[in-house]
Amino acid sequence: MRSMSQHLAAGFAATLLALGGQSAHAQGKTITLCWAAWDPANALVELSKDFTTKTGTKMKFEFVPWPNFADRMLNELNSKGKLCDLIIGDSQWIGGSAESGHYVKLNDFFAKEGIKMSDFMPATVLGYSEWPKGTPNYWALPAMGDALGWTYRKDWFAKPELQSEFKTKYQRDLAPPKTWDEFKQVAEFFQNRKIDGKTVYGAYLFTERGSEGITMGVSNVLYPFGFKYQDPKKPYNMEGFVNSPDAVKGLEFYKSLYKCCTPPGLTNSYMQEGLDAFKSGQVAMQMNWFAFFPGLYKDPNVGGDKIGFFLNPTEKTKGVQLGGQGISVVAYSPNQAEALAYIKWFATPEVQKKWWALGGYSCHKAVLQDPGFTKSAPFAKEFLESMDSVVDFWAEPSYAQLLLAEQKRVHDFVVADKGTAKQALDGLIADWTKAFKEDGKLK
Amino acid sequence: MPDTLVTRVAAATPAPLAARVRGLSDRTIKWLFIGPTMLLLLAINIFPLVWTIRLSFTNFRANRPNATVLGVGIDNYISVLTDPDVWQAMQATAHFLFWTISLQTLIGFGLAYLIDRKFRGHGFWTTLILIPMMLSPAVVGNFWAFLYQPQIGLFNYAVSFFTGIPASSFEMIGSVKLAPWSIIIVDTWMWTPYVMLICLAGLRSIPDYIYEAAEVDRASKWRQFWSITLPMVLPFIMLAVLFRGIENFKMFDMVNLLTSGGPGSTTELASITLKREAFEKWRTGYSSAFAIILFVAVFGLANIYVKALNAVKNR
Repeated sequence: MRSMSQHLAAGFAATLLALGGQSAHAQGKTITLCWAAWDPANALVELSKDFTTKTGTKMKFEFVPWPNFADRMLNELNSKGKLCDLIIGDSQWIGGSAESGHYVKLNDFFAKEGIKMSDFMPATVLGYSEWPKGTPNYWALPAMGDALGWTYRKDWFAKPELQSEFKTKYQRDLAPPKTWDEFKQVAEFFQNRKIDGKTVYGAYLFTERGSEGITMGVSNVLYPFGFKYQDPKKPYNMEGFVNSPDAVKGLEFYKSLYKCCTPPGLTNSYMQEGLDAFKSGQVAMQMNWFAFFPGLYKDPNVGGDKIGFFLNPTEKTKGVQLGGQGISVVAYSPNQAEALAYIKWFATPEVQKKWWALGGYSCHKAVLQDPGFTKSAPFAKEFLESMDSVVDFWAEPSYAQLLLAEQKRVHDFVVADKGTAKQALDGLIADWTKAFKEDGKLK
Repeated sequence: MPDTLVTRVAAATPAPLAARVRGLSDRTIKWLFIGPTMLLLLAINIFPLVWTIRLSFTNFRANRPNATVLGVGIDNYISVLTDPDVWQAMQATAHFLFWTISLQTLIGFGLAYLIDRKFRGHGFWTTLILIPMMLSPAVVGNFWAFLYQPQIGLFNYAVSFFTGIPASSFEMIGSVKLAPWSIIIVDTWMWTPYVMLICLAGLRSIPDYIYEAAEVDRASKWRQFWSITLPMVLPFIMLAVLFRGIENFKMFDMVNLLTSGGPGSTTELASITLKREAFEKWRTGYSSAFAIILFVAVFGLANIYVKALNAVKNR
C-alpha cells in the first residue's frame, strides 16, 4: 500500500514536472513570420512585441525584398521548408497554396475560436482568404489590406499661376482627377513643365517587366474601362471579355498615358522607382500601393502639406487593382499551435486598431467602419472607398504562368510598341487558354 | 634506408594493414584515389542530367508535388521547338553572341597587341583594363542601368557630349532598337579584358627568334603580322572565342538585372526564357526539355569547334 502511494505520488510529481516543463517550453518557443521587406513589415515587428509579452512566444521575422519575395517564398513552400511558421503571402498564391497543401485550412480553427469572417471587409475575405473563390473555405486571415491608389503634389496643384493657366485651358479647376480623361489632361498639363526651376513630368505609371509591375498598372486602368477576366456565367470563357472593345480601349489608353506623360527612361519601373520619382520631385502624380502612403506622408521633402491622395479614376465603371495579403499557417511548421495562437491574437479588434495606428492596413470592420476612421489619416477615406471597388488578378494555382503571359503581352505592346492592343489581348487569351488547358480547367 | 616522411609513415603503419595494402594491385589503388571524385561528379553532374532527361518526358511541375506525373512522350520537345517565343529568344541570343564575340575578339586582340609593346606604364594600363572583368555581373548590371538612365546617366551624357544629340532624347534600355546594343556594349566592356589576356598570352608565346629571322629576310611589319603573329595567336583567339561563346550562350545575370529581358521581349535571351519557364511558371517538364535542347546545341557546337581548333593547332 505504502509502495503504491509512493508510486502515485511519484507519478503525480512527474506529471506536474512534465506539465511545468511543457509550459516553460511553450513560453520559450520562437515562431518565424515570413513577409516582404517593406514599411508595413516594420510596423508588424512593433505590433508583435505585444504578442510576445502576452504569450511568451518569441517572434522571429524573415522579410524578403519584393522583387525576390515570390521566388524565395514559393520555393520555400514548394520544398516543404520549415523556415516559416506563419506566412503573409500574396493574394494570388492562395489557390496554389491551398491546392498543394502548403497552407493549413483555418475553418475549424475559426469556428472553435469564434473568429468570424463577417467581421472583415468582404473584398478582403474574397481576395485574401477564400479558395475556391466565393466559397467558405478559408486558408488565411485578412492581414494587410491594400490597393493601388494615387498621390499628387498638392503644393504644385495649389500654385495660383498653374491654377489660372489650367482653368483657362480646360475651363475647370486644377484638382485631383476623377475620370481618366481628366487624368490625362492633368498629366499633359504637367509634362515637361518647369516648376521651381526643375523640369517635371505628368505621371508615374508601372512598367516593370520581370515580376508583376506592368500587369498591376495596366489592370488599374483596364478595370474602370470595363475589362473582365471571364464570363461570369461561364468560368474560364475569356473571349469577348479579356479582349472586349472596352478592354482594348483601356489598354490603348494606358499606352497613350505612357507615351505622353511619363518621365523618360520609365521602361522597367515598379513601386520603389515610383517612390523615388515622387520623393525627388519628378512627377506630379504617382501610382502606387496604399501601403506606402503613411511613409510618403511622413517624408520631410514631399510629405505633409505637399502631398495629396486620390482614388483611381473612373471611366465606364469603378475598379481598382487589389493588393494586400492574408496571414496563413504553413502546413510544414512544427509550431502550428503557436502560429494559430498568433492569428487568434491578431484577429482581435484591439490589436487590429493598433495595427492601423502603427501603419498597417487593417481589414477588420471594427477599424474600417469606425466613425472616426476616414479622418484618422489623410489617405484613409480613399483607402476605404478603394476597397469597395477592388478587383484581383487570377488566384489560380497557375497564377504565375498567367501573370507572366500578361507581363509579356502587355510590355510588348505598351513599351516595345509591338502590334496592336487587340492583338496583345487576343494573344493573352491564347496564352491563358493554354495554361488552363494544361491545368485541366479547360478542355 | 634513409629517414624520410614516407619511411616513417611506412614504419608506423600497423603490420596487418600494411599487408593488405601491399596486396592491392596498382589498378585498385588508382580506383581508390579517383573513386571519390568520380562519385562526386556522378552525384552533381551526371545524376541531375539523367534526371532532367527523365523529367523532360513528363508533365511534372515542381510546384505541384501532389499532382499525378504523367509521361507525355516527346510533346515537350515538340512544344519547345514550335514555340515562337523560344525562337525569338534564340534569335536574340544569336544576335547577342555574334556581336559580343566579334567585338570582344577585335578589341581584345587590338588591346593585347598594344599592351604587348612594352611601353612606359604598360603594367598600370593592363591592370586598369582588367578591372571590369573582376566585377560581379550583378554589380555591373545594376550600375550600367544607372549609366544608361536618360536623365542622370553618364552614358547618355557622354553620347550627347560627342554627338550633340540631347541626352534625354534616347533610351538605351527602353528602346526596342537600342536595347539589344545596350547589353552588347556592357558585355563587351566587361569581358574584352578577358579576351585580351588570352591573346596576350598567345602573343608572348611567340619566340623572338622567329621575328628576328623574318627581319633578316626583310619581311615587312605587315607581312610579319599576317604570316607570323596572326597564325601563331589564332589557336589562342579561337580558345577565347570558345570560352566566351559558351559563357554568353548561358548569359543570364547581367542581362536580367539590366533589362529583365525587355523592352517587351527584345533582350530576352534563351537562359532568361528558360529561367522563367522553370522557376516562375514552374513548367518543369517543358523547361527540362528546353534545357536538354540547349545543352545538346552547345555541346554539339562546342565539339565541332574544338575539332576545328585542334586542326588549326596541328597545322
